[in-house]
Amino acid sequence: MEDFTSTAAGTDRIRLARVLGPSHVWALGVGIVLVGEYMGWNFSVGKGGMIAGLMACWVAGLLYTCVAMIDSEVTSTVAAAGGQYAQAKHIVGPLMAFNVGLFLVMAYTMLEAANAITVGFLLDTVAGMQGQAGLNQQPFIVLSIMFLAWLNYRGVLATLTFNLVITAIAFIAIIALFVSVQFGASAVPLDFSAITSDPLPYGWVGIIASLHFGLWYYLGIEGTCQAAEEVRSPARSLPYGTMAGIMTLLIAATMTWYICSGLMPWEYLGQAGTPLFDAARVTGNTGLMVLLFVGTAFATLASANGCINDASRAWFSMSRDRYLPSWFGAVHPVYRTPYRAIVFLVPIALIFALGAPLDQVVTFSILSGLLGYTFMTFNMVMFRNKWPLGKIKRGYVHPFHPLPTIVLLVLCSTAYLAVFLGYGTQLSAMMCFYIVASLWFHFRRYKFVRRGDQFTMPWPKPEGY
Amino acid sequence: MWNLLEYAAWVLSALFGVLMVADLIRIDMTYDSELLISSREGEIEATAERHEL
Repeated sequence: MEDFTSTAAGTDRIRLARVLGPSHVWALGVGIVLVGEYMGWNFSVGKGGMIAGLMACWVAGLLYTCVAMIDSEVTSTVAAAGGQYAQAKHIVGPLMAFNVGLFLVMAYTMLEAANAITVGFLLDTVAGMQGQAGLNQQPFIVLSIMFLAWLNYRGVLATLTFNLVITAIAFIAIIALFVSVQFGASAVPLDFSAITSDPLPYGWVGIIASLHFGLWYYLGIEGTCQAAEEVRSPARSLPYGTMAGIMTLLIAATMTWYICSGLMPWEYLGQAGTPLFDAARVTGNTGLMVLLFVGTAFATLASANGCINDASRAWFSMSRDRYLPSWFGAVHPVYRTPYRAIVFLVPIALIFALGAPLDQVVTFSILSGLLGYTFMTFNMVMFRNKWPLGKIKRGYVHPFHPLPTIVLLVLCSTAYLAVFLGYGTQLSAMMCFYIVASLWFHFRRYKFVRRGDQFTMPWPKPEGY
Repeated sequence: MWNLLEYAAWVLSALFGVLMVADLIRIDMTYDSELLISSREGEIEATAERHEL
């Protein structure tokens, strides 16, 4: 029984294992996101040209810096599995919490499915290069999901240590490509003449449209706070890991845009499947090609791995409060993981990975994430109003409040417009889904919620109550 | 070679799935359900941090 914790009342309880440090938080956040540097971001160049792609990179970077700052402050105080779900529960209310929990589960499960599809696509590309066209991608898609789910099932320390190693390799691969090209390892020189000859091929609206895919550079960094209940020192590790993560991504995103835009014409780059790998192929350097292929594969696996971790924590956390059936709120007595939530989400990820087109899956993930960021804006305002500085202990206090919140809200609104321009039908369908889910929760599920038990933070009464 | 890799991927996928489901059933049959869902949010914070200045 050494794996259990005895409470003051003398009863045995099983809790998630507190074994993680700041490096694991970094690996979780950057691991989920770094795949966005290897693919997806480049569609922003296709929407508006090279300059639009760079502006999307930096505007989205500003958006996510605000997300990271806001998230670091709140999550260093509300240190519980479920991340933004637990924040919403304590700061806004149950209906918001239910929706935020769903945003998280859908965003991460869709992203996991998208990553698995990409693994299949990558292997198909390699098989095609070896003369084996028409590879059956399905077994590799299924294997990537099953293996990573099994790894997550067996324990969070091994899972995120694995993520740390493969994410670091994928990040080093981008730096190696950048440095190699700078020092003349490429057979093709960098060429940025399109910036002056064809600066904005679709005008200013192209910049707004490109923002949709600019989010892909950083989408998921907020996932760091799902580890809150498993880090040894949440007040220190979460802000440190998250802020280090966003800095890593800003560097990686800018390097990626620079190398890819310099080596490939924007018309090709705007529709490429694997832009960094393609850039390595353009250099004509076999070593770089192998390194960037490995980087692409590792970034994809790291992202899927982190997504399984985060989606299962959100599902587990909602179930523990009975927002969902409590059966899913179980912790494995040996591995100390939310094992039922992990297993339950596997077939859902498989259905989307095997049955839905990649762009639809990605768009659903982006939209769910965007709804989550919008929630963060008024969540932050309510948090500071209800518990002003000095009232409760915070692990991190973000500067310039409420400026990051306002910037985040403005950028979220612009991103909605960008998504609406390209995927208006999906945006409307997804809003309908969340409205129906909210009605179900309000009329059918809320009666099962542990209304008193769900508020666990030992805070004083909020201002005005 | 790729045909063999496809078969190997199917076999490994099934293996990981069976390992997870078998362990899930074993744990559910070995341990009391109330114990398995006994985790509570915030217990550590309640004892280690007071959230007061």
